[in-house]
Amino acid sequence: MTDQKPVLEARGIVKIFGQHRALDTVDFTANAGEVHALLGENGAGKSTLIKILTGAYQPDGGELLLDGAPITLRDPLHGQTYGIGTVYQEVNLLPNRSVSENLFLGRQPTRFGMVDRKRIDAAAKDLLSRYGLDIDVRAELSEYSVAVQQIVAIARAVELSGKVLVLDEPTASLDRNEVQRLFDVVRTLKAKGLAIIFITHFLDQVFDLADRVTILRNGKKVATQALNTLNTTDVVRMMLGKDVAFDHHPTALTGGPKGQVRVQFQGLSRKGLAPFDLSIHEGEVVGVAGLLGSGRTEVARLMFGVDTSDTGQITVDGHPVAIRNPAQAVAAGFGFCPEDRKLDGIFGDLSVRENIIIALQAKLGWFKALNRDDQVELAGRYAEALDIRAANHDMPVKLLSGGNQQKVILARWLAIDPTFLILDEPTRGIDVGAHAEIVRTINRLREEGLALFVISSELDEVVAYSNRIVVMRDREMVAELDGDAIAPDAIVQAIAGTQEARP
Amino acid sequence: MNRSLRPLLATTLIFLFAYMLAVSQQPAMLSTRVLGNFLTDNAFLGIAAVGMTFVILSGGIDLSVGAVIGFTTVLVAVLIMWLQLHPLIAFAIALIVATGFGAVMGAAIHYLKVPSFIVTLAGMFLARGGASVLSPDSIGIEHPFFSAVQKSYILLPGGGRFTVVGMIMLAVFACAIILAHRTRFGSNVYALGGSETSAALMGVPVARTTISIYALSSFLAGLAGVVFSLYTSAGYSLNALGVELDAIAAVVIGGTLLTGGYGFVAGTFIGVMLQGLVQTYIVFDGTLSSWWTKIVVGVLLFMFILLQRLVFKAAPRRT
Repeated sequence: MTDQKPVLEARGIVKIFGQHRALDTVDFTANAGEVHALLGENGAGKSTLIKILTGAYQPDGGELLLDGAPITLRDPLHGQTYGIGTVYQEVNLLPNRSVSENLFLGRQPTRFGMVDRKRIDAAAKDLLSRYGLDIDVRAELSEYSVAVQQIVAIARAVELSGKVLVLDEPTASLDRNEVQRLFDVVRTLKAKGLAIIFITHFLDQVFDLADRVTILRNGKKVATQALNTLNTTDVVRMMLGKDVAFDHHPTALTGGPKGQVRVQFQGLSRKGLAPFDLSIHEGEVVGVAGLLGSGRTEVARLMFGVDTSDTGQITVDGHPVAIRNPAQAVAAGFGFCPEDRKLDGIFGDLSVRENIIIALQAKLGWFKALNRDDQVELAGRYAEALDIRAANHDMPVKLLSGGNQQKVILARWLAIDPTFLILDEPTRGIDVGAHAEIVRTINRLREEGLALFVISSELDEVVAYSNRIVVMRDREMVAELDGDAIAPDAIVQAIAGTQEARP
Repeated sequence: MNRSLRPLLATTLIFLFAYMLAVSQQPAMLSTRVLGNFLTDNAFLGIAAVGMTFVILSGGIDLSVGAVIGFTTVLVAVLIMWLQLHPLIAFAIALIVATGFGAVMGAAIHYLKVPSFIVTLAGMFLARGGASVLSPDSIGIEHPFFSAVQKSYILLPGGGRFTVVGMIMLAVFACAIILAHRTRFGSNVYALGGSETSAALMGVPVARTTISIYALSSFLAGLAGVVFSLYTSAGYSLNALGVELDAIAAVVIGGTLLTGGYGFVAGTFIGVMLQGLVQTYIVFDGTLSSWWTKIVVGVLLFMFILLQRLVFKAAPRRT
């Protein structure tokens, strides 16, 4: 930080998509030997700026300077030749090829026109050892964890470019130890004088790793500041342009009169999941806390009939129901927003409207097709109720932001007038603004009398909307917190197993 | 061990086992004579299957192979018998035409973003139709060069004949193994099969590679056609009907993943030989209908698809 030498500089960048100014005269500077975090809500222009910096997009105004000289980038490969390398969230390497080939594809040393594999393997081994990786470089890339794959991707990017390294949400699918391992690598590169641009949703990681931060909002730069002059609240405030949208008053939620029991699970279990009993009342949110792998998602899948239970029974409004597959669950008035939205939730190529009506149509069956007017009306109603922001309801849902996609899935279930909604990590991968909106929506649904079961790894969030919290550990429900007992500290203790929960 | 080697190993073992079984029933099958015929009879299929291997490795499919073989036999016959060209010139023209045909299909697949299935299906109809337009009837080829080639072979100990046609096939396999596993082009083919987006971001020339792959496949189909015409001394538009499917079967039995990215050229060789073995056994037995070949190939295919599922599901994880 002492030597403020700009490597890559963007001046007055403008990017226009149709009517929309995605970036409005944004300045950005990446200095050598510095980690520069780029923050902003989805739609703030973060990814557009990154795409311009790496050459995937061409700006409509402004200029890029590398080491003080103006450059024009045709595409990311061209950017790479200028020394700008990118590592994406989804590792963009070849899972089916060896580690060494992934490192050297396109620049394999050849001898008499033939690839010299021994030399590649040796060079790859040597290269990775500089990143603290001692692995069999001849093995397929897909045999290694995502963290290792990320490091291989970084090694390749740095090797090919070597001036600027753009890390586009590299930590999204890593666990804590893996994140640290990755950060160690990044710190080493920083010490070597690389300019590093770091994009993430995780604020704590920004404070952990970055030196400076640039915050974008609605396509404009809000600020560029050194992080040691800021705290989390400052950053969030700048990102949102308002104070944090959800407050932490757990006591306001609890203690009130409970409605009648809507859904009751008795002794539900499956191989590898201890039997559990749970009743969920009308107008109640039961939050689930627990680490990844504690059995949270398994419980949700069991409830919705994705996996069939070995024992136990389910009653809805006092009547026993059999749920052995999701269709039966839907018939019983259940809705499920799965954890992996893109894979299990949305139909990416179908329109917003079709995505919203699909559960209702499935419930109605083959012969009662919703006519187009009904569909438009339904989609319009829920899009308005949930504030789904889409240019029109006939656009493919995959083009929407994560937050809006999540709301589309919520709308889909609300359309069948459900009794019980299961939400698995409803705010994962969603920017802070949409995050707060989802939390508000959950609160509103609860007030409207829905029974909800919400899984989340964000403690503050669970605390903010839950009437009751179930804590899971080692594939077992180990504690239930109610009323005043709901507090992040208590949950952490229950997860860690340091304190038996109050009855 | 590299897990993509496992299907290849399985194929090899099955081939050896099947061969031993066949020999125990028909001891006469263990001779260089049978071996020589093996190579000769399956040469055109083998050569076409090599091209198919590259296509499938890259994640595509080429349905035009059989039609291109048929077309080439007709074109060669027309050039030699009607236009009185020397066979070597006829071969060269036919190969250039076939290669260009493949390159156009590859370009259509890449630039128009149409699935290879559709493009090569169109290519199949075009080539087959084109062959019929050239000549709806079979044209016999009589030329001193043809008789000379057909008569030249290396006599193997035990009376087997290692024919020119068989040599061409082995040479094609040898070149293809080097091309696939030892050159940048080969790496690029595997890269496309792994992930086209990643490959593009990593600097693989996607357009050039795609076009080259289909050009190579059609070139080899053309070469298979040349071999077919040498083998049968005739050009006929309905030659090699359905050979593309036999080639796909050979590739998959040889351990190449139908979705691309994994596999070996050498496996395809064994896949072809395994099909040939079944056919030869049926000929030796004399009582079985030749359709049993199809049944056995079907069973083998099914087994290998299952096997690949298992191998790739049980992927080991390292940290």
